[in-house]
Amino acid sequence: MSDSATLEAPPQDAEERQPVTKKEITADHPTWCPGCGDFSVLAIYYKLIQKRNIHHEKVTTVAGIGCSSRFPYFVQAHGAHYIHGRALSFASGVSLSRPDLHVFAFGGDGDAFSIGGNHFMHTARKNVKMTYVVMDNFVYGLTKKQTSPTSPLGFKSKTDNWGAFDRPINPMKLAISAGATFVARTSHTNPKHLLEMMDLAMDHDGFGFIECLSECTEFYAGAFDASNPRKGGEYLLVPEDHDVTDEAAAYKLAGEDFPGKFGVYYQVQRPTKNALEAGVSDAAKAKFEGKKDWEVLQTTFNRMK
Amino acid sequence: MSQSAATGDDIGSGSQSSRISEAVIRIAGNSQDGIQSIGGFLARLAGRSEQEVMTMMTIPSTISGGPSIFQVRLGSGDVLSAGDEADVLLAFYQHSYENHISNLREGGILVYDSDHVEPNEEWLDKYRHIGIAISSLTVEAIGGTARDKGKNIYALGLIGRMFNLNLEKLERLINERFAAKGESVVKTAMDAFQSGYRYQSDDITNLFEFTSSEVDRSNQVVMSGNEAIGYGLIAAGVRFGAGYPITPWSDIMELLRRELPKYGGSFIQCEDEIASVSMAIGASYGGRVAVTGSSGPGISLKTEAIGWAVMAEVPLVVVDIQRGGPSTGLPTNVEQSDLNIACFGGHGDSPRVVLAAANVEDCFYTAMEAVDIARRYSVPVMLLSDQAIATRIEAFDEPKLEEICRDLTPDLTPTPTHKPYDLETETGASRHRAPGTRIEDGRYPVVTGLEHDEWGHPSASPDLHEGMTHKRRNKLKALADELPVPEVFGADSGEVLVVGWGSTTGPLYEAVEKSGNNGQAISALKLRHISPLPNGLEEIFSRFKRIYVVEMNDGGVHGYGQLAGVLRARFADPRIQGINKTDALRWKVWEIIDRVNECRNADAAETNA
Repeated sequence: MSDSATLEAPPQDAEERQPVTKKEITADHPTWCPGCGDFSVLAIYYKLIQKRNIHHEKVTTVAGIGCSSRFPYFVQAHGAHYIHGRALSFASGVSLSRPDLHVFAFGGDGDAFSIGGNHFMHTARKNVKMTYVVMDNFVYGLTKKQTSPTSPLGFKSKTDNWGAFDRPINPMKLAISAGATFVARTSHTNPKHLLEMMDLAMDHDGFGFIECLSECTEFYAGAFDASNPRKGGEYLLVPEDHDVTDEAAAYKLAGEDFPGKFGVYYQVQRPTKNALEAGVSDAAKAKFEGKKDWEVLQTTFNRMK
Repeated sequence: MSQSAATGDDIGSGSQSSRISEAVIRIAGNSQDGIQSIGGFLARLAGRSEQEVMTMMTIPSTISGGPSIFQVRLGSGDVLSAGDEADVLLAFYQHSYENHISNLREGGILVYDSDHVEPNEEWLDKYRHIGIAISSLTVEAIGGTARDKGKNIYALGLIGRMFNLNLEKLERLINERFAAKGESVVKTAMDAFQSGYRYQSDDITNLFEFTSSEVDRSNQVVMSGNEAIGYGLIAAGVRFGAGYPITPWSDIMELLRRELPKYGGSFIQCEDEIASVSMAIGASYGGRVAVTGSSGPGISLKTEAIGWAVMAEVPLVVVDIQRGGPSTGLPTNVEQSDLNIACFGGHGDSPRVVLAAANVEDCFYTAMEAVDIARRYSVPVMLLSDQAIATRIEAFDEPKLEEICRDLTPDLTPTPTHKPYDLETETGASRHRAPGTRIEDGRYPVVTGLEHDEWGHPSASPDLHEGMTHKRRNKLKALADELPVPEVFGADSGEVLVVGWGSTTGPLYEAVEKSGNNGQAISALKLRHISPLPNGLEEIFSRFKRIYVVEMNDGGVHGYGQLAGVLRARFADPRIQGINKTDALRWKVWEIIDRVNECRNADAAETNA
């Protein structure tokens, strides 16, 4: 886009800037319950920012509504706490108009796959450049234990006292079939793996989606024990011989019984929405080389006489 | 045809031309006949001549086919509305003839395609019938394979001859219009046109000639209301938008999708209305006022997000091309029933700015103003237009683009400190600082829909909620202070003041002009700023005995419409009465005059009783 030239180089101080410290990127103390899985996602986000030495103003943190969506308040950087389910649309607006920023969107399973299901699908297929981390806890936490779109069959909630019977959404399958170009799965219980996935997602030129299992200790304690070696479970990685560009293989992997595998299921390079739109714009602008904006409009008006 | 030398039965008889100051021509056919393009040519011709022009069209809501009309009013003086009755009706089919003859004034001229229309005996005395075999003559002119194509251009030739329009200018317009399609297309069009223009009959040759205008209108641009909004947004510096297709808003998104890339911007077609408004808000947050828009149900869907922009104090322009409601309603008809949702749509106290454009030219400048207000006050601005303005074509003085175009490139200069919701500002208006701005004290803003403190962090403190609520509404009060007091059209004081907004304004002004001659003078007031209202209206109201608010919406349970409701709530003045209608057709001038007289008589009777 035309503004990229001016936007990419905001005025810098003469002296070299020091790397950001954890303290500098920490804001409010999280409102989450003790033991909530989201704490480790936040901690890894801080770590990622430090590791990549991203200065405050270079990153934007966007979220919708839900426990995990409180994320932007806890990060000392430009951020937006948007409405329920629409964080991806908002984040797309930032991403498409500001190519100089890296946009991170955070949310929960209700925000992503229920109220925001439509936007998840379309942001994935359009391949808008951003990193999206869904902290999936299989339950509505902020509203205190209702069935979520990822609650497993039989889960007893306040809205399904007898046990959930609506078939849950499989986020991995959904992302792959919608056309996401980077699809990974991780868990809050394995911070090293989580950091690795976020690192990869950030490097991905396109829509990078991570499903991060994040336990709700208050309303769905023990939900992910089967994936946690400390609780007698197994944390199994995606096999090394898995071809991440093979959509059918990725889909098959996504179909495995819980707890399934962790790692990158699918990754391909496809032009981003950002690049395609910029291409249209570059081509259109080339015809008006050297003309000021008002002169371009004047050209149009001259034909309307 | 006011000031016509020839009136009544002898109108335009023989080949001696009548000097006229204006004429209303209605062309009725089917939507695939290209009758819109006849109107477009005439409007464009007027833009290059001394005539003023206003057009009106109806398009069927069916996908293809179906009856369609285009009405053009050309005049040497100010043309304020599309005209109540037609002076000339051009009917392509029997249904066009039968359905539209009632819109032709008595003694008016009916030109019909004798290949398709069988005149009705009863009407022969009432209207002057001129039958021309338009279909077969067109085929004769341009070849046998043309079928129904080219009839419109042939008819344009006929009209050109009837009104002695500038042949050279019309031919140039046809050339320009078809040049891109290749020489053979230009030739075919020219053949059809010239054949129509040279049609030999004393019945139609040089029937009329427009008197010359006192005003030089040669430097005009010609466009529809929706085009004017699109280009107004571009002139104002908007470079990003997002939308979802819905009639009659879609033209604007198509225009912006096509045009914005030339300026380095883009317009994104989204999966739904909520994504559209959200993406636009995201881009606005990114530092440059962005636009979304819709019509009818699409506006309802956007309301939650608009409430967020109010709360988060992020600038945004939302264009609402009103159509008949509620629900799916009447997608291709006009109504002014979105004023309430524009002002009050959504939950909670959410003050926002509402502007209403009154005509095509006004669409251009109101769009610019909307962007400017959104940016300076960090607030969503609803821009109301309607189906009637959206689709009609007018010529207006070419804007001085070099002077008025704005550059809204975000300012990312580092700042020592920044409170996104500073309670100490004088006007209550916050300055939005875009992401990418370095804030040297290390405290970064979160923009949010939760009630918040001055840095955007959540707070349910009673004082803060009250303080922030006041802040969000005080900036509208500050805006009201800078708005100009609207001018009264007609006498400055008197018995009746009619108040209107949007596309009702033109017919209202014309009603004022017509009322002046019969001792029942009325004055009119157009409101462009609906929320906040400009200061000083009570002083204007005090100079009149009766105040009637004329709107295309329902008078509701209490007998007054949506703007009237806002004005009554504001001024608690029981003299403010509603004149409403919901036939989904634009106001005609005589309707307004009749309704005003009815109200006046009823009020007088009540006073005397």
